[in-house]
Amino acid sequence: MRRFQLWLIFLLLVTSAAPARAQDRLNVVASFSILGDFVRNVGGERVSVTTLVGPDGDVHVYTPAPADAKKIADAKLVVINGLGLEGWLPRLVQSSGGKATMVTASQGITPLKIGSDADPHAWQSVANARIYVADIRDALVAADPAGAEAYRANAERYLAKLDALDREVREAVAQIPQARRKVISTHDAFGYFASAYGIEFIAPQGVSTESEVSARDIARIITEVRAAKIPAVFLENISDDRLMRRISTETGARVGGTLFSDSLTGEKGDAPTYIDMVRHNIKALTSALTN
Amino acid sequence: MVYSVMIYDALIAPFTEFEFMRRALAAVVALALGGAPIGVFLMLRRMSLVGDAMAHAILPGAAIGFLLSGLNLFAMTTGGLIAGFTVAILAGVVARTTELKEDASLATFYLASLALGVTIVSIKGTNIDLLHVLFGNILAMDDQTLLVITFNATITLIVLAVIYRPLVIESVDPVFLRTVSRAGAPAHLAFLALVVINLVNGFQALGTLLAVGLMILPAGIARFWSRDITGMICIAVISAIVSGYAGLVLSFQTKVPSGPAIILVAALLYVGSVLFGSVSGLFRQMFPGRHLEA
Repeated sequence: MRRFQLWLIFLLLVTSAAPARAQDRLNVVASFSILGDFVRNVGGERVSVTTLVGPDGDVHVYTPAPADAKKIADAKLVVINGLGLEGWLPRLVQSSGGKATMVTASQGITPLKIGSDADPHAWQSVANARIYVADIRDALVAADPAGAEAYRANAERYLAKLDALDREVREAVAQIPQARRKVISTHDAFGYFASAYGIEFIAPQGVSTESEVSARDIARIITEVRAAKIPAVFLENISDDRLMRRISTETGARVGGTLFSDSLTGEKGDAPTYIDMVRHNIKALTSALTN
Repeated sequence: MVYSVMIYDALIAPFTEFEFMRRALAAVVALALGGAPIGVFLMLRRMSLVGDAMAHAILPGAAIGFLLSGLNLFAMTTGGLIAGFTVAILAGVVARTTELKEDASLATFYLASLALGVTIVSIKGTNIDLLHVLFGNILAMDDQTLLVITFNATITLIVLAVIYRPLVIESVDPVFLRTVSRAGAPAHLAFLALVVINLVNGFQALGTLLAVGLMILPAGIARFWSRDITGMICIAVISAIVSGYAGLVLSFQTKVPSGPAIILVAALLYVGSVLFGSVSGLFRQMFPGRHLEA
C-alpha cells in the first residue's frame, strides 16, 4: 500500500511537471470525431484539435488510454457532447489533473427522451448542429479573446453552410412519398433526425450499442416490417450487420447501405466531415426509399 | 382444445412463423451436439474454466487479422483460431513436460496472449472493440455461419469417436494409460484443438456467453444424473438442446436477450440437478434409503 502511494505521488509529480506544449495554438480536445469536425471548422488555424474517439470508433463503449489523459492535461478546452454520451469522460478529466474547461456542446438543445434518459445523438438534426457550433464558438471566444474576430467569422461561414445543408435535406425528404418515409436501422441513433425531418426509424437495439436484443424484439420488427411494408433496412457503420441482413431476407425489405451515426470515417471514407456525413445519409435514404 | 392452441402458440408458433427462430434452433442443436461432449471431458479433466480463458486468448489473432485485412470476419476468425491453437497447445505441452499444472500454464499463456492482443490493437490506434465485432448473435444466423457451426459439430463428433478410448482412460486414470499406450499426449492435443475450434466458432456465431455456457453447464448437469461417461455425454447433449429450445422460447415470449435466456434455463436445470440429481444430489444424500426402496 505504502509503495503504491509513493508511485502515485511520483506519477503526479511527473505529469504536473511535464513542460506545457508550445502555446502558439489553442489546444482543444473533442470527445469524438463529429465534435472534432465542428471545432476544426470554427477554430480554423488558431486551434489544434485532437479527438479522443477517432473515426469509426464507438463512443458509447470507449475505454480511455493513458495517452487520452495526457491529451486532456495539455488542453485548454475539452468539448463534449453531454446528454450522457461520454459516461467515461468526467473521471478521465479529473484524473488527468489538467486545468481544461469542459464545454458541453449540446447546451441549449431540448433533448429527446428514450425511456427516462436523454437521447444523446442530438447532432443528427442539422438545426441542433447549429446550436453545437454556436456553443463551441462562444467557448472558443471565451478561452481565447484575441481570436474572437476570427472565430465569429469562421462560425458565420460554417453556419451558412449548415443552413444550406438543412435546406438540402428537407428538399431531399420532400421527394420521398409520404407513405415510404420509414426505415429500420441498427440502433436508435436517428431520433433527432426523425423528428426534424419526418422519417420514421425503427431499431432492434436500444439506444446504446451495449444492449443485447431478444428474440421478441426481432420478431416484433419483422412483423412490423411486413405489416407496414417498410421499404428498406439500413446498416450502421459500427454494429454487427448480420442481424440486419437476417431481417432483410426474412421480410424482403431492401438493404439500403450504410448510415453513419456516431462517428465520421477516415479521410478516404464516405463521410470524413459532418457535412459529408449528412449528405451521405440523405443520399442513401432517398435512393432506397424513392423508387 | 383452448389449451392446446395456447400451447401451440407459446411453444411451436414462434418457430413456424419466423425463419430466424428456426435457424437459431438449428444452431443451438448443432452447438449442443459438438459442445456438450467437449464440456463433459473438460469437466472431467478439471478444465471447466478453459472456455473463458480462451475467449481472451484469441484476441491477438483477431487483432492481427484486423490489421491485415480490416474488419473482415473471416480473417479475424482465422487469426483467432490460430491464436487459440497456439495458446492451447503451448499450455498443453508445458503441462505435459514440466511440473506446472494445466490450469496454471493455461492462465499464464492466456494472460500473455491477452496483453499482446491489447497491445496490437492499441498500436493500430483504433478503439473498435474487436471482440465485440467478432462475437455474433444467435438471432442473426446466416447460411455461412450455420454451415460452419454444423461442419464443426460433425468434425468434433468424428474426432471424438477416434480419440474416445485414450481420452476416456486418461480422464479417469492417466497413470494407467501411460503404462499401456502412448496415445495419451496426441489425444490430449487433439482434444485441445477441438476445444478451440468449438469455442472460436461458437464466439463468432453466438457470442461468448452462449459458446462457453452451452459447453460447460450441460456437463455440470449431467454429472448429477449419471456415473459413466457415455451416459453423461447423452444427458449433457439432451439438456443442452432442451435449454437452447426453452431459452429461445423464453426470449421470444419475454424480453430477455437470447444468449442469457438460454444460459439461465441451463442454470435452472443445473440447480434442479444439484438438488434432486440421482447421483450425489443433495436430497439423494439426505434421504438415501427411500430412493432405494422404491
